[in-house]
Amino acid sequence: MAQAAIELKGINKSFGAVRANRDIDIEIPQGTIHGIIGENGAGKSTLMSILYGFYQADSGEIFVKGQKASIHTPNDAIAAGIGMVHQHFMLVENFTVLENIILGAEGASLLNKGIAKARSELQRLEKEYGLEVDPDAVIEELPVGLQQRVEILKALYRGAEILILDEPTGVLTPAEADHLFRILRMLKDQGKTIVLITHKLREIMAVTDNVSVMRQGTIVATRKTASTTVEELAELMVGRRVLLQVEKGKAKPGDFKLSVKNLTVKDGRGVTMVDDVSFDVRAGEIVGIAGVAGNGQSELIEAIAGTRRAESGSVTMKGKPIDVTGTADPAELRKRGLAHVPEDRHHVGLVLPFEENENAILGYHDDPKFLNGAFLNIDAIRSDAREKIEKYDIRPADCRLRTANFSGGNQQKIVLAREMENDPGVLIVGQPTRGVDVGAIEFIHKQLIAMRDRGKAVLLVSVELDEIRSLSDRILVMFDGRVVGERGPDATEGELGLLMAGVEAQEAAE
Amino acid sequence: MDTLVQLLDATIRLSVPLLLACLAGLYSERSGIFDIGLEGKMLAGAFASAAAAAATGSAWIGLGAAIIISGMLALVHGFASITNRGNQIVSGVAVNFIAAGTTIILGQGWFQQGGRTPSLPPAARFGAIDLPGAEAMRDVPVLGPIYSDIISGHSLLVYFAFFMVPFTWWVLFRSRFGLRLRAVGENPAAVDTAGISVTWLRYRAVMITGVLTGFAGTYLALAMNAGFVKDMTAGRGFIALAALIFAKWKPVNAMFACLLFGFLDAFAIRYQGAEFPMIGRVPVQLMQALPYILTVILLAGFIGRAIPPKAGGVAYVKER
Amino acid sequence: MATPYAKLPAWADYGLIPLINLVVAFLVAGLVVLLVGESPIQAATLLIKGAFGSGAGIGYTLYYATSFIFTGLAVAVAFHCGLFNIGGEGQAYVGGLGVALVCLGFDTVFPWWINFPLAIIGSAAIGAFWAMIPAYLQAKRGSHIVITTIMFNFIAASLMVYLLVGPLKPLNSMAPQTRTFAVDAHLPKLDWLLEMFGATIRSTPLNLSFILALVMAVAVWALIWRTKLGYEIRTMGFSPKAARYAGIGEARIIVITMMISGALAGMMALNPVMGDQHRLQLDFVTGAGFVGIAVALMGRSHPAGIVPAAILFGMLYQGGAEISFMMPNISRDMIVIIQGLVILFAGALENMFRPAMQAAFASFSPRSMGMGTAKREGA
Repeated sequence: MAQAAIELKGINKSFGAVRANRDIDIEIPQGTIHGIIGENGAGKSTLMSILYGFYQADSGEIFVKGQKASIHTPNDAIAAGIGMVHQHFMLVENFTVLENIILGAEGASLLNKGIAKARSELQRLEKEYGLEVDPDAVIEELPVGLQQRVEILKALYRGAEILILDEPTGVLTPAEADHLFRILRMLKDQGKTIVLITHKLREIMAVTDNVSVMRQGTIVATRKTASTTVEELAELMVGRRVLLQVEKGKAKPGDFKLSVKNLTVKDGRGVTMVDDVSFDVRAGEIVGIAGVAGNGQSELIEAIAGTRRAESGSVTMKGKPIDVTGTADPAELRKRGLAHVPEDRHHVGLVLPFEENENAILGYHDDPKFLNGAFLNIDAIRSDAREKIEKYDIRPADCRLRTANFSGGNQQKIVLAREMENDPGVLIVGQPTRGVDVGAIEFIHKQLIAMRDRGKAVLLVSVELDEIRSLSDRILVMFDGRVVGERGPDATEGELGLLMAGVEAQEAAE
Repeated sequence: MDTLVQLLDATIRLSVPLLLACLAGLYSERSGIFDIGLEGKMLAGAFASAAAAAATGSAWIGLGAAIIISGMLALVHGFASITNRGNQIVSGVAVNFIAAGTTIILGQGWFQQGGRTPSLPPAARFGAIDLPGAEAMRDVPVLGPIYSDIISGHSLLVYFAFFMVPFTWWVLFRSRFGLRLRAVGENPAAVDTAGISVTWLRYRAVMITGVLTGFAGTYLALAMNAGFVKDMTAGRGFIALAALIFAKWKPVNAMFACLLFGFLDAFAIRYQGAEFPMIGRVPVQLMQALPYILTVILLAGFIGRAIPPKAGGVAYVKER
Repeated sequence: MATPYAKLPAWADYGLIPLINLVVAFLVAGLVVLLVGESPIQAATLLIKGAFGSGAGIGYTLYYATSFIFTGLAVAVAFHCGLFNIGGEGQAYVGGLGVALVCLGFDTVFPWWINFPLAIIGSAAIGAFWAMIPAYLQAKRGSHIVITTIMFNFIAASLMVYLLVGPLKPLNSMAPQTRTFAVDAHLPKLDWLLEMFGATIRSTPLNLSFILALVMAVAVWALIWRTKLGYEIRTMGFSPKAARYAGIGEARIIVITMMISGALAGMMALNPVMGDQHRLQLDFVTGAGFVGIAVALMGRSHPAGIVPAAILFGMLYQGGAEISFMMPNISRDMIVIIQGLVILFAGALENMFRPAMQAAFASFSPRSMGMGTAKREGA
């Protein structure tokens, strides 16, 4: 038991200027379940992709069972006994279970023997671990829980002794997740080593032996799960960051501007992303939605803004309904005073090859003040763009420059200027400062406060907890598609961290 | 009875180039590389086979030359769409034009017969083969004509084409290569994480496409005709593409689709301007356009859905 | 279609890269000339001389260029919306039907200056209709527009053969073509235009539709960069997600864009049918629809690039005829090779030269490439 199944020493990995992993040292004892927890972008997935040979580390060493291993491709990892269950399953959807299992491990150039071997091996694995699945079922007809089981079987079939699971419960129902944990414990009892990557504290507490906390590319702590608490982990995870000081007075909430009732939204695969969510945003307040990315926030604001169809529920703005399940049209909503700063400014909020002034009218290109009949009023568009550049201090101050050539912060200012200057009643803002430099962050925050003080209703979605805390008058926490709690602006990080990790929600549910 | 036999015999002869091209496209498209350059590769193959056969007097050397030339064009397509992640449609279009122009210029430059190659003697062609017992069977009612006149008496390439149907099925569904080929056209990331090279797999698929279009071209120039005539593919590469879609990228279906389109062609040739009871005169052009019209209707989802390989047309970029 | 935003200065993007593509294409084409045992240098000399050496040469060059401007613009408009309209050939072919119907119906009724606008409308309307069906099927039923437009090329060919050997053929004629139009359905020649520049010429087919082509080039520029519709088309072409965010209806834009594209392709028929042959013949398009793809790619979908690219291909066409006169081994089909190579290098292999160019530029002027700002964002 003393020997480490995996040991990583001094792993560094950068993508461009971003240091995704910094001097990572980690030791994972054989026959244990080791959790790696951290916020989005903490570097967990990058680290595991290095271990699986999908990326190359810039520096550092990997030891597998005491032996130095050079892992350059997934093949090397497989040969070293490492298997991975990806967050997005690496399955061929129109293949059968058996075909997926043997892909890459067929054994010979003809399939018949490989298939026969896999079939009997599956029976053995089924007996040994209770991993039951119909070998001839087609993947796309299986529920996600079973698809994941196929991913696990794929790794076991290749003789994996070390199994990495990347956010395995993201797509599972709570019951499926519990079943998964039973399987993991059983695998551990058989001597397998398991690495569980997650942002959910409950899972860490429920199933792991040890836990490492990652933050901003480094491992900040490793603990024995039995001797730590959720509070400690939550704090380690979010860190004690200096709260960005934003000067703001007390909110003076007015009438309801935006009311969301029982909103349910599904994604393309039919998975419920927003589950029966209700809340109000009043004039003159900022309502922040906190949560780890992927818990339904994106789908929520897209549905309200009319760029995604909702399954059921209703939304009213200034007393009038928005047909979120039917014909809601972003252009129409904009005319009614709903402004939307989308989360993905590169692909949604901006057209990067456009000149700055062209992006400054995106969505408002129907406005008569920018048109001469069917033609664009170029003079009006450019002078309007120059005004906004001036007012929002967008640099370089050149409205003819391609938008792709602006920095992230200035690109975001282009979007904000466009959405705010149209004097909307309701402003929906997604990740306002993602990829934005510090100077611009302060500016953007001030603008959002100013919007509030002018009596606008602001709905803010951010995965940056300190941003939510410093700007919001009320904080809603989303977990697994539901609003699991509402707190005031004085809520502590630990408290919010627990909610974001689904701790209270699960407790309440049980 | 006689006309029916002749009609079916013509159907087989006319569907063979479609079938070879269609199976060629099947390998490429199953791997996720769309190929609208079948026409060009087939044409270049036809020219290469005719030119080489004219020069050497050997049909087999002709076939070899066709495979090399079609294969090279296939590699150009692979280089553009796999290595350079270029637009697969644009690349296919380019291949078609390069082949169309080059075959005419070289044909004229080398043989001075207005873009034709010299008429080939039987030795330089793939001639008809009489299957054993064809003569003896001839007088047996029903089965006789079917065996002796429809099945027997074709060139080797015809039998090769029909042999390729079960063979392709077998490769696709019974071999490791086929499993990986189908997987890479659906989800290249799954193939990559399984430790298999996406690039090499796709290159192999594209090369098979080149080889088979070489066969298709050879059939046109050395079996169906006695030499190369400019633009002799006459859109067959596109009909093969239509057949491939019609067949939903499945080999046995592909054979039936090609036989159907070949039959339409044979029928149109045979019954030009003939009157039919009930329908009256069907314009021959309508018959010729039918494969295209049927494909459009199929693509629009009015007769079942043709779902192409999911990763088709998209270059694989490892996710960051 | 193309790389959405290159970080090269405009002159390199619109001048140097197309030039490199062209040079490489010509080098490969030169190899083919060598293969048939002729001198590439001599061929190039003949080409230039044939295209520009005489007034008539220039007239023919511009006559061919006229067709290519129309089809190049047609492909470019669709490119701007992210659509590949490979059906220009068929749309131009049925566009000829629009021209012919107007000319046959009114050639003895109206003077040419009334018949001309009517024929424009006729050709554009039928071309637009022929593009609308694939567009509708793509927008509403998800059929791949590349495949459907190819199919529609063949369907158009069959349809036109049917019409020209049947209903449209005069009873006493054997040739698959319509009767010759009366003079009031002939477009005026532009010989005077060339004479103004001091060229003396016999007669060339260059006609008024050349002017129309130039007008359309300006109109397409205005449409794409100066109208609300053009703005919406470009938004859709660069980013369908941004278009949805901006409230731009996807289906509507796809159908409208393809109809404009088809209309432009259809108008190409005016040039040969009403301007030169004065009757509708089989296969009068002779590949001009496909040349449009090369023209649009080379001109980087901008009218200011398309017109010179079209003239270049017109020159190849005319000069090619001249070469084949002097070098019987080389026919006009040489242009098809060059066209294919241009499509290959400027289109499918556009990613091949660009990184090298970008690296070369970055090494001595990082500022001009927006590198300084791109870095800060950090992948």
